[in-house]
Amino acid sequence: MITFYAFLAQLIELIAALLLAPLLVGWINQCRAWLQNRSAPPLLQTYYTLHKLFHKDVLLAHNASPLFRAVPYLIFACMALASAIVPTLSTTLILAPAADAIAFVGLFALARLFIALAAMDVGTAFGSLGSRREMLIGFLAEPALLLIFFTTSLISHSTSLSSIVKTLASTDFIIYPSLAFAGTAFVMVSLAENARIPIDNPTTHLELTMIHEAMILEYSGRHLALIEWASALKLFAYSCLGIALFIPYGISATAGIMPLLTAAASMLVKLAAMGFGLALIETLSAKMRIFRAPEFLGTAFLLAVLAMLVHLLLEVGK
Amino acid sequence: MLIHALAFSALIWLIIGGVGIFFARDFILISNRLFPLSALISIFMALLALTAIASGTQELILPIGLPNLPFHLRLDALSSFFIFLLGAVSAGISIYAAGYFRKAEGSALGLQCLLYHIFLASMVFVMLANDAYAFMVAWETMALSSFFLVTAEHRHAEIRRAGYLYLLLAHIGAVAILLSFGVMAGSAGDYTFDAMRGFNGGEFWGTVAFLLALFGFGAKAGLLPLHVWLPEAHPAAPSPVSAMMSGVMLKTAIYGLLRVGFDLLQAHAWWWGLLLLLVGLASALFGAVFSAVQTDMKRLLAYSSIENIGLIVLGMGLAMIFSAFGMNSFSALALTATLYHCLNHAFFKSLLFLSTGSVLHATGERNLGKLGGLIHQMPWVAWLALVGVLASAGLPPLNGFVSEWLLLQSFLFTPDVPHGYLNMLLPVFAGAIALISALAGFTMVKFFGIIFLGQPREEKLAQAHDASRLSRLGLLWLGAGCVLLGLLPNAIIALLAPVVESLIYSALLLDTRTGNWMFLAPYSAERASYSPLIFFGGIAVLTLAAWHVVRRRYHDRATRVPPWDCGFPMQTGRMQDTSEGYSQPIRRIFSPFFKRTRQHPSAFDTRPRYLSIVEDPLWYWLYLPIAWLVERCTRVVDFLQHGRIAVYLTYSFATLIILLVLTRG
Repeated sequence: MITFYAFLAQLIELIAALLLAPLLVGWINQCRAWLQNRSAPPLLQTYYTLHKLFHKDVLLAHNASPLFRAVPYLIFACMALASAIVPTLSTTLILAPAADAIAFVGLFALARLFIALAAMDVGTAFGSLGSRREMLIGFLAEPALLLIFFTTSLISHSTSLSSIVKTLASTDFIIYPSLAFAGTAFVMVSLAENARIPIDNPTTHLELTMIHEAMILEYSGRHLALIEWASALKLFAYSCLGIALFIPYGISATAGIMPLLTAAASMLVKLAAMGFGLALIETLSAKMRIFRAPEFLGTAFLLAVLAMLVHLLLEVGK
Repeated sequence: MLIHALAFSALIWLIIGGVGIFFARDFILISNRLFPLSALISIFMALLALTAIASGTQELILPIGLPNLPFHLRLDALSSFFIFLLGAVSAGISIYAAGYFRKAEGSALGLQCLLYHIFLASMVFVMLANDAYAFMVAWETMALSSFFLVTAEHRHAEIRRAGYLYLLLAHIGAVAILLSFGVMAGSAGDYTFDAMRGFNGGEFWGTVAFLLALFGFGAKAGLLPLHVWLPEAHPAAPSPVSAMMSGVMLKTAIYGLLRVGFDLLQAHAWWWGLLLLLVGLASALFGAVFSAVQTDMKRLLAYSSIENIGLIVLGMGLAMIFSAFGMNSFSALALTATLYHCLNHAFFKSLLFLSTGSVLHATGERNLGKLGGLIHQMPWVAWLALVGVLASAGLPPLNGFVSEWLLLQSFLFTPDVPHGYLNMLLPVFAGAIALISALAGFTMVKFFGIIFLGQPREEKLAQAHDASRLSRLGLLWLGAGCVLLGLLPNAIIALLAPVVESLIYSALLLDTRTGNWMFLAPYSAERASYSPLIFFGGIAVLTLAAWHVVRRRYHDRATRVPPWDCGFPMQTGRMQDTSEGYSQPIRRIFSPFFKRTRQHPSAFDTRPRYLSIVEDPLWYWLYLPIAWLVERCTRVVDFLQHGRIAVYLTYSFATLIILLVLTRG
């Protein structure tokens, strides 16, 4: 029975992530447009774009290799798996034991490596530029992300995402000072990993500043659609993860349909608030030079180290 | 019985080598018969060693050697594991070598065949040796045979120089190892390892023996600051030899360190572990940063070997710290990670070295800046190299990730270490490990992307050909090894359990309650679990589903057009990032690590010349001063040297008299 429920919850989560991820992007774009005093695109604009792209023909460069054609599907699969693993609605998921927090970081790294390789495949100057910058951001962000997970793992004595969320959600409002540091670091890392301002600008096509967009310049049609969808899934997974780790109240820890529904409702509210927050950050800050990124992510890393030390100094033995 | 079979197989290797030198002109015989035969023996040995791991200790005394000191051989779990590693990896390398030696390069093929098999057999005897004498003989045979293999193309001055450096450091290391054995043997003068196991010379002499062993084996393993030979010798050697040296020979040093650190010296102080951990961390970080900025593909892999050896030693240090505090079950976890990484590194690094060998063969270029786009001409090599690249970058679901995962898991137990600040310090090192593995990812994207993807940077690359059939088989063997080691961690950990148990009397407990063989869960599934099969299956199913749905729901039309590149029409292969360009962020961020020489052309230069050389500063801070010092010292004693035999005879006479006078009293 419990496995059936876990299977059902898993399926619902996967489908919800696939369907809601473009909505989150649309919502953020809308909030940003309001904040910047522009007229906003429709909330469902992302879906229209995806639909249009899927219908269009793919224009492939002459020397694109099979790797180039396989990568969009691969990274889409990686991101879908990632958003299925994050305990968004329920902590009893059938895929949860397959990958813990470390494997989760590995999953993102795998997707990053594939897209960085695909960017180099056609052999244009912009492709390798984007690939190099993406790997730079990657190797700076990954240690910080891992240390954040380590702090939460030390609190909950587990690296399993479900156990971490279960522990953090069930402690009756014990305040962990370490989580404040870890949370700040997590926000910084998420901005970098999802190619948002101040590290990257998702709306730019200005040659010298782009990172993520430079990598996918050669993609078109259904390939581009899959990549855009995968980016939306990544943002969705990160948002859900942030919510699950730092504001987990309301997640369903028991089996049943009602807890799942209340969890879904509270999740939607939190996601909307989070999307607004992201739009606010993006409106209030300017994009940094690429070589300021190490300082930014170095700060995130130090905050993560601080979080761990604070936990070890103040919270162990409580 | 097993030990007899193993020693006998090693003997067959020597015979194969002998046949090779005897029929040195018979190219077909050597490449199509002898090397495949040798690969079969490797597989046989791997199987023997596999059964030997769990079947207890066996001893054998060979009646050769000095009058009162025959060769003692001993096969226990640790040596069986490393012989298994040797057999499994060398099978792939030998079969590859069968297809690799096409035209005669450097010294004759027959000679290479002999040296190669002496090299293999000596490594088996290093792992079987049970007394210091047999160990040193095998160790030196290994060093010498590999030296001659490295200098196969001895007509090039830089290869001779690389070989010399290698020989020098190998011997400085060997002296330290010999002294370490001397300290452990003590005044009793019994050089068998059995006698050393009962070593009770007190903490001071134990520490001396350990430090000497660390120095000696560190020189062979390429630990900082004794790493300088590695990036010189590996590119100089023919690719199967580089693969063998990096994949297997470096592991003999790890074997030696484990043998001395955990088996011969049973009691350790916690700071030995901390020392190993710090040395390992420094080497790993150094290797990762330097491999990211290399332009020669084999040098890049050599630095990456330093990085991986660093991680292995780091894990060993952590295991030692845990066991010094009596936390044997955590120590088992760290040691399992260490041994697992030995096996992983052996597979993926030899796979990568062999792929560079194929590229080198097909194009004649080692410089990344002159390659590109080879995935079209060499699909087999490219796709198999991709497996090695993913494994080397430590990504799931391949093997590199499993050992990294285990290592990070063991770091999560470090806050429990009962020591004032170690329990604060050690968890932070986990961040450094993440940085190292992420840097490895950067390097591997650069390595694969520049060699195999993009447009060819030179015209001649269009004529590149894929690897020959036997070489493909070798690459396939190693690639399959990487995949299997990644997907079936529980089987491998079960295999490692007797080894770990023989070293620290405690094995890693796997939670098999909830999951079955599918879940890797040390201690308990609630604590941590990872299932590579489900992980891999999930990605595969979702990829195929996405592919299928997109085709069915929409269409699969694709039109071939020129690249878009923001509308720039004049794109050529030379406009892509070179290897220097790709690693520019690393040079900038880690600039204190490097010694850089730069020359930038001015804007009005009609013949612009751009120069950027990145060197290892340790060479200038450490090695050149030592070389200078040695030179000065020799100049001081120079006055003794006259070149006249009469003077030298007088010296001998005087020495004899002095010694006689001294010993009389």
